[in-house]
Amino acid sequence: MKIAKILGTAALVSTLGVQAYAAPGAKDVLTTYADIAHAGYEDSLITAKELQAAIDALIAQPSAETFGAAKSAWLAARAPYQQTEVYRFGNAIVDDWEGKVNAWPLDEGLIDYVETGLYGEESEENPAYTANVVANPTLVISGETIDASTIDAALLESLHEIDDVESNVATGYHAIEFLLWGQDLNGTGAGAGAREWTDYAAGDACTNGNCDRRGAYLKAAGDLLVSDLEWITAQWAEGGEARETVLEGDGVPGLTAIVTGMGSLSYGELGGERTKLGLLLHDPEEEHDCFSDNTHNSHYYDALGIQNVYLGRYTRVDGSVVEGPSLSDLVAAKDAALDTELRGKLATSVLAGKAMVTRAQGGEHFDQLIAMGNDEGNAVVQTFVDALVDQTKSIEQIIAAVGIDGIEFEGSDSLDNPSAVN
Amino acid sequence: MKRPAFALRYILSSGLVLTSLMAPLIPGRADDLSASALPGGDATWPNADGRNVFTHYSANMTFEKRLDFKLGEALFQRLWVTAPTRTKTADGLGPLFNSRACSGCHIRNGRGHPVDENAPGDGATSMLLRLSIPPQTADQLRDHLDGKIATIPDPVYGGQFQDFSIPGIKAEGRVKVTYQTQDVSLAGGEVVTLQKPDYQMTELAYGPLHPDVMVSPRLAPPMIGLGLLEAIPDDVLLAAADPQDRDGDGISGRVNHVWDIASGKLAIGRFGWKAGMPTLDQQNQNAFQFDIGLSTPLYPNGSGDCTETQKNCLTAPDGNDPEFENLEAHSQVTDLVLYYTRNIAPPARPNAHDADVIAGQQIFTSIGCASCHTPRYQLPQRPDMAEQSGQVIWPYSDLLLHDMGEGLADHRPEAQASGREWRTPPLWGIGRAKQIDPRAQFLHDGRARTILEAVLWHGGEAEAARNSVTLLPPSERRKLLAFLKSL
Repeated sequence: MKIAKILGTAALVSTLGVQAYAAPGAKDVLTTYADIAHAGYEDSLITAKELQAAIDALIAQPSAETFGAAKSAWLAARAPYQQTEVYRFGNAIVDDWEGKVNAWPLDEGLIDYVETGLYGEESEENPAYTANVVANPTLVISGETIDASTIDAALLESLHEIDDVESNVATGYHAIEFLLWGQDLNGTGAGAGAREWTDYAAGDACTNGNCDRRGAYLKAAGDLLVSDLEWITAQWAEGGEARETVLEGDGVPGLTAIVTGMGSLSYGELGGERTKLGLLLHDPEEEHDCFSDNTHNSHYYDALGIQNVYLGRYTRVDGSVVEGPSLSDLVAAKDAALDTELRGKLATSVLAGKAMVTRAQGGEHFDQLIAMGNDEGNAVVQTFVDALVDQTKSIEQIIAAVGIDGIEFEGSDSLDNPSAVN
Repeated sequence: MKRPAFALRYILSSGLVLTSLMAPLIPGRADDLSASALPGGDATWPNADGRNVFTHYSANMTFEKRLDFKLGEALFQRLWVTAPTRTKTADGLGPLFNSRACSGCHIRNGRGHPVDENAPGDGATSMLLRLSIPPQTADQLRDHLDGKIATIPDPVYGGQFQDFSIPGIKAEGRVKVTYQTQDVSLAGGEVVTLQKPDYQMTELAYGPLHPDVMVSPRLAPPMIGLGLLEAIPDDVLLAAADPQDRDGDGISGRVNHVWDIASGKLAIGRFGWKAGMPTLDQQNQNAFQFDIGLSTPLYPNGSGDCTETQKNCLTAPDGNDPEFENLEAHSQVTDLVLYYTRNIAPPARPNAHDADVIAGQQIFTSIGCASCHTPRYQLPQRPDMAEQSGQVIWPYSDLLLHDMGEGLADHRPEAQASGREWRTPPLWGIGRAKQIDPRAQFLHDGRARTILEAVLWHGGEAEAARNSVTLLPPSERRKLLAFLKSL
C-alpha cells in the first residue's frame, strides 16, 4: 500500500485557503492521483503481457482452448485499462497517446476479411472487397504502395501514416478484439462475433485463408499494445513526464486535470459519445467493444475509474489497494454537503453501470439494450446516461468549492495529435 | 458604409490619430467598445485561450443542450471507416475522399494550411481543389444561368480532386504547389514578399483532366460563429448590396443566388469562399458528400464524387443502410452536426481596450475596410435558434461577393459569382489562427503567410483601401495590424 508523500503541505494549504488540519494539500491529492494512474497503467501493462503470452500460445498451438484463453485474456485486460480513461482528458500526454491503443471505430476491412454478403454481388475485379492487410502482401492505399509482405509492429505503425489524420483504426485493443472475435453479425440479436479458432490453424485446417499472416497481425498488435502501455506507465512513474506535469506549480493545474477528466469523461465522452449516441441512433454496433459484446464492462469500468480518482482509492488486479489523500477530502473540507452529494452520485452511476453488467450476464448485451423497440433495455442505458449527466453537475461545483477556475469539460481531443498531422 | 471625408483621411495619413478611448466605433453607439470585445454577444466564450480556443460551445447554451453539442462534436470528430463494417452508422467512407473526418481538415475548428511545398507527399490535408468546366451543352448553360447548377463537374474527376481513397480504389492523384514571389514596398521602407501559388495535380490516376478545366484551391475556413452568421436576415445582406455602386463609393457588393436543395428554389448564398451555400445544413452535407464521400439526406449518393469513368469507385460497397434512411450519414447525424457547427463560440477579445487596438480600429474604418468588413449586426429574435437569438455580433463581414482584382482571381465562376469575386470572409477570430495551428495561412488558397500579406493582396474594389495601407506610416500600420490581430 502506497502512502502519499507530504510535500510542503502547510504552505500549499494556505495558498488554497483550506483549513490547515482538516484537509490534505493539493500536492498530496495529486500524488495519490499520479500513484493511481501509475498503478492503473501498470495493471494494464501486466494484463496486456498476459494477453501477449496468450496470443503467442495461440499462434504456437492453435486450438479451441488456446483461442478461448486469448479471448479471456483480452477481456481481463480491459478492466484495468478502462479505469484509466479518466486520465485521458486533462492530461494532454495521455490524450495524445490513447488513439494508439483505444481508437474506435475500426477500419475492419483494412485488417481482415469482412462479411460482404449483405452488400450485393461480390466482384472479383473490384479490389475494394479484398483489400485487407491479412490477405494481401502488397496493398495500395491512397496511391501509396504498402509492402505488407511481413506483418510486424513496424508495418502496423506505418499504416497510421497513410491517411491524413491519425488512422489508428488498425491497432490497439479493438484491432486485437476484431482479430479474436470477428464481426458481430447478429445486429440487435443475441451473440457476439463468432470467429472460429481455425482462422489461426496451420495447414489445411486454416479457414478464411492466410492464417499465418492473421496470426502475425494479431501478434504484432499485441506486441505494439505492450510497448505502448510500457511507455505510458513510465510517464506516470517517479520522474515521468505525466507525473511531473500534474505536480507542477501550486497544484491548481493538477487539480484542474482531475476535475476536467472526471467531468469530460462523465459528460461528453462516456455519457454522450459512447452511450447516448448509440441509444439515439439505435445502431447496434455504435458501441466500443462491439465485436466481443463487452461494452457493458467497458462502460462500468469507465464509471468506476471516475469514482476511483475522486475517492483516491484504486483496487489493483492483484487485490492490493492504492489510496491516499483525495479530492474528496479536499472538497469535504470546503463543502461537506457537496462532497456527500457527489459521493452519492458517483455511487449511483457505478451502480447503473453494474446494472448493465448484470443484464449482460443474464444474456442481454449492450447492443440489444440499445435496440429500437427494446424500451426496457433502452431505459437501463438511459439510467446510466442520466446518472453520468447528473454527476457532472456536481463535478462542476467542485471548481468553485476548491477555488480553481477556467475549467471546461471538453469532448474528445483525439484528433488533435500534432504529431500525426502532416 | 461611406468612407470618411477627405479631410479626415488626410489627418490620419499624416500621423495624427484620434485616440479618444470613448470614441464610438460607429457613430451614435457609445457602448460599442465593450460590446465589440464580445464578438458573439452572449454566445461568446470568455477567457478562451490556447490551441483549443475555437472548441467551446455557445456560452449561453443550457446545460441540457450541451450534451447535444457534445454528440455533434463526436460526430464531427468521428473517423469514418470503409464499408462494410458492423458499425453501420460509421461506415461508408469515400471511396474517394479528402479527409476521413470533418476535423481532419477543420483542425480544432481553425483555418486550414496549404500543401507543404517541400513535402508534397503529405497530401492536401487541410484544403482541397475544386474542379469545374464551362457549360458544354445548351441545357447545362441554361441550368447554370438559372442557378440550378453552380458548377459543371469535370467529366472524369468530378467536382473536386480527392487525393485519398479507400483500400483497393485508386485516389485521383497528388497535389503539388510551387510559388512565384513578388515584393511590395511599404511607406517607411518595409518590403513585404508576397507569394502566388500554382497548384498542380500530378500522378493522375484516371486519365487526363478536361482541357478547359478550372481549378480553385480552397483552404478549410474557420468554424466559429456560423449559427450567428446564419441568423443575419436576408434583407440585411440585401440592403448592404450595391451591385451598381449607386452610392459611388467604389464598392459594389452583391449577393450570390444559389440552389437551396431543401426548399427546392434559389436562395441567397452565404457560406463558403464564394458564398456558394445557402444554409449551414447544406454546407455541412455538401462537405460530407464531397469531402468524405458520405451520403446524406440532401446528397443521397453513396459513392460521393465518383464519376462514370471511375467504375470501381461506383461499384465499391457503400454504407447505405435501410435502417438508417438508406444513407451513410442520416438525418439524426446531420442534425446533430448542424447543431454543433451552429454553436462553436467566437472567443472574447482580451485586447479590445488596448490603445493601439482602438487606434487601429479607427484606421480600419477610415481607410474603408469596414465598407465590406461590416463590423456589427443586431440579430433578430429567433425562437428556433435560442443561442443566436437577439444577439449583437461583430463578425466583420458583409457576406457579399466583391471583385477582388486579377491577382486573387481563380477564374472559376461559382453560381453567380464570377472568377474574380470572393465573399468577404468574417474576420472574427483571425488573430487566433496561428495559436490554433502554426501552419495556418490566409486567403482562399492559403497564399498569405501573415495578415499583412493578406491585406496587400486586396485588389479590385478593395484596391484603394489596400493602397492606403501601403502609404500608412509604419506606426499607424502597426496599430492597424494590432487591431486585426486582436479580433
